[in-house]
Amino acid sequence: MKASAPPKTESFKLSMLLSDTRYRGTSLQVITFIIFVAVFFWLVDNTLKNLALLGKDVSFNFLFLRAGYDINQRLIPYTSDSTHGRAAFVGILNTLLVAFVGCFFATILGLFVGILRLSKNWLVAKLMSIYIEGFRNVPVLLWIVMIFALLTEFTPAPKAFKGADPQATMLLFDSIAVTNRGTYFPAPIFGEGSFWLLLSFILSVLIVIFIKQYANKQKKETGKSLPTFWISILIIILPTLGLYFLIGKPISLEYPYLKGFNFKDGIHLRNSFLALTLALALYTSAFIAEIVRAGILAISKGQTEAAASLGLRPNKIMNLIILPQALRIIVPPLISNYLNLTKNSSLAIAVGYMDVRGTLGGITLNQTGRELESMLLLMGFYLCVSLLISSVINYYNRSFQIVVR
Amino acid sequence: MSKLAFVQKNKIPPSPAPISEVGIIGWLKQNLFSSWFNTLLTLLSIYFIFIILKDFIPWAWGGHWDTKSLRECLDLNPDVACFSVLTARWKQLLFGLYPAEEYWRPTVTFILLIFSIIPILFPKYFRFFWFSIIYPGLAIWLLWGGSIWGVGIVYIGFFLGVLLFVLLLRNITKNMVIAGISSILFVILFFIFFSNYFVNILNIIIPISLPPVESLKMGGFTLSLIVGITGIVASFPIGILLALGRQSNLPIIKMICVGFIEFIRGVPLITLLFVASVLLNYFLPPGTNFDIVLRVIIMVTLFSAAYMAEVIRGGLAGLPLGQHEASASLGLTYWQSQRLVIMPQALKISIPGIVNTFIGLFKDTTLVSIISLRDPVGLASTIRADQTWNGIYWELYVAIGLMFFVVCFGMSQYSQYLERKLKTDK
Repeated sequence: MKASAPPKTESFKLSMLLSDTRYRGTSLQVITFIIFVAVFFWLVDNTLKNLALLGKDVSFNFLFLRAGYDINQRLIPYTSDSTHGRAAFVGILNTLLVAFVGCFFATILGLFVGILRLSKNWLVAKLMSIYIEGFRNVPVLLWIVMIFALLTEFTPAPKAFKGADPQATMLLFDSIAVTNRGTYFPAPIFGEGSFWLLLSFILSVLIVIFIKQYANKQKKETGKSLPTFWISILIIILPTLGLYFLIGKPISLEYPYLKGFNFKDGIHLRNSFLALTLALALYTSAFIAEIVRAGILAISKGQTEAAASLGLRPNKIMNLIILPQALRIIVPPLISNYLNLTKNSSLAIAVGYMDVRGTLGGITLNQTGRELESMLLLMGFYLCVSLLISSVINYYNRSFQIVVR
Repeated sequence: MSKLAFVQKNKIPPSPAPISEVGIIGWLKQNLFSSWFNTLLTLLSIYFIFIILKDFIPWAWGGHWDTKSLRECLDLNPDVACFSVLTARWKQLLFGLYPAEEYWRPTVTFILLIFSIIPILFPKYFRFFWFSIIYPGLAIWLLWGGSIWGVGIVYIGFFLGVLLFVLLLRNITKNMVIAGISSILFVILFFIFFSNYFVNILNIIIPISLPPVESLKMGGFTLSLIVGITGIVASFPIGILLALGRQSNLPIIKMICVGFIEFIRGVPLITLLFVASVLLNYFLPPGTNFDIVLRVIIMVTLFSAAYMAEVIRGGLAGLPLGQHEASASLGLTYWQSQRLVIMPQALKISIPGIVNTFIGLFKDTTLVSIISLRDPVGLASTIRADQTWNGIYWELYVAIGLMFFVVCFGMSQYSQYLERKLKTDK
């Protein structure tokens, strides 16, 4: 048999760089890379030229200079004599505060609405879908300014609380005052001995965790479940409550009271903070509700039926079969909604809440004229938060994903 | 055979269901009062609806529409709505500071917009697609004014480019790449050297022009629609390219795409808008200064393109690997298999996500008020700062909210229609 002639080896032609699949990928990448680098250097070159024209340099020294402006809401001590760096830090803490409080309430509300949306009750389900569509289809900025306008214009001025027959009264046994300058809550005062109280509380929580673990172990070994719920509640409440009276009521509440034309003492939450947190929580809760609903609906009905045929009761089916599976679907988008809420908190500027955009990216930027540096730091901060949160999502996905073999 | 046997000979007609199980009563019983807990929920909801409507209906129904100021409203009856602010300022809310004698231009643009999206939304009318292609240029000309040939030359240039491409393929070369590159080169040369010349000639021969309107005069709902719709149209193809880039096995392209997507998704839109309004001048050659609305549109587009890319990537990841392999084994090239096999399926899976991104983009257009453009939310603050209407909030915000709600809710309803229509697995 005649051996077939070896295929003719083609000589390399320049046009093959574009037409031959063996080289096309590489040449495409080289071209892209060259364009990318060129554009990058063009931008940097422009920036340097512009800075030179304006007589500016790139330096972060302004962070250590005196800020010279006040921030009316702060979690750490700050005066107008503090540095710009500290102002930025105050802003970061304010952003995180809004993010935490907002996420907390958004989750609770979202869970509640999402579950009610699935209710067999037609009226309730419809009401909840109106809630969800209403909040999802209107811009969050509009909600923020609307709630802010409501809080400042609809509520009474502090002086309305004055006199023997005041126009406005405080809520909840004279403890909470809603005014157009913000809402005043009672503040807890930690007296002598509150440390022991805290210690006993932590101890009882530890004991409860231990009991839970023991009960779980028993259940795995013998199949019997021990009643732990009421015991845990008793263990958490009783010793701490007993100690509270034994030591002589170390923790007391400091009620806000009217002095002159304003309220004194207590915790003062400004309207800007309230409006921002409330609007973000309501807006995000609508998205969370949809996530929760989708998560629960995604668990096939067969799971419920199989669990029921094993003889599990409805609440056990929910706790042991549906929720663990639904959570796997719910948690990643839930966390990315937390991220959205954090990023949306930069809308604080619309109501004058001093978050990191307001301090570092607002007043500091305008006072020092360091646009480039301030924006870089600001974006760096948000990028860090977002990378942190997405690594949490990735970690969760890796540890809880169904293992396919 | 036993005599006791009994066989029913004639059929007994089915008796009607108990009255408590069918009709309105049955529905009520099943859906509202099935258990004591459900009954409680129903009663609570009814009470809730009642207290809201009790205040809302008299407030809205008796509202004033034709007073001159909020003061006048409050003097007449402080407990009802003062919609006069809408009567007085609706033009501003819709058109911003657009010159009053030119209001017909945004109006015509809106109406034509509806005609231009019908061929895209409903395949039945796809034969009118040519109008959707002409529309963007027409809209730009109508809104910004100036000579029609300023926009027209772009179309002429691209038309000549396509013509050249087809002619080259037909007559001279079979190589798509060479034909493509040469026609692109031709278009670039045309725009650099000849377009001004052509525009001048055309202006003399057929002078059609409108009074120019500058970007800062745009405002109100017109601005939201301009930014929103341009962003939606532009971010979709960019999003697809980014998603493909992120999925591709060419490391450098993948790295650039991932970096871009993660960066944009990591920062709030508002910082990007600040970059557009404050920092962009640093990055461009000294002395360049281009339109603020255009800058905003670019930033909003890039922002939602990154989100779009992630949504589409989700759709791509949802496709079984077999689809890629099957189309490759049929001998399709990369772009053919993307166009004919992969994308149609991936896009179908990601419709809800894509529309959500669109809705998000449209809602995000309100953020331009923070860099002091006059979108409805920004205008609301302006109106509220006015002496005549100082202290008004519900009426204004409800009206603006409704405008956004209608558009966004419409989009989400359309996406559900599309999902039902494209559903192939019954």
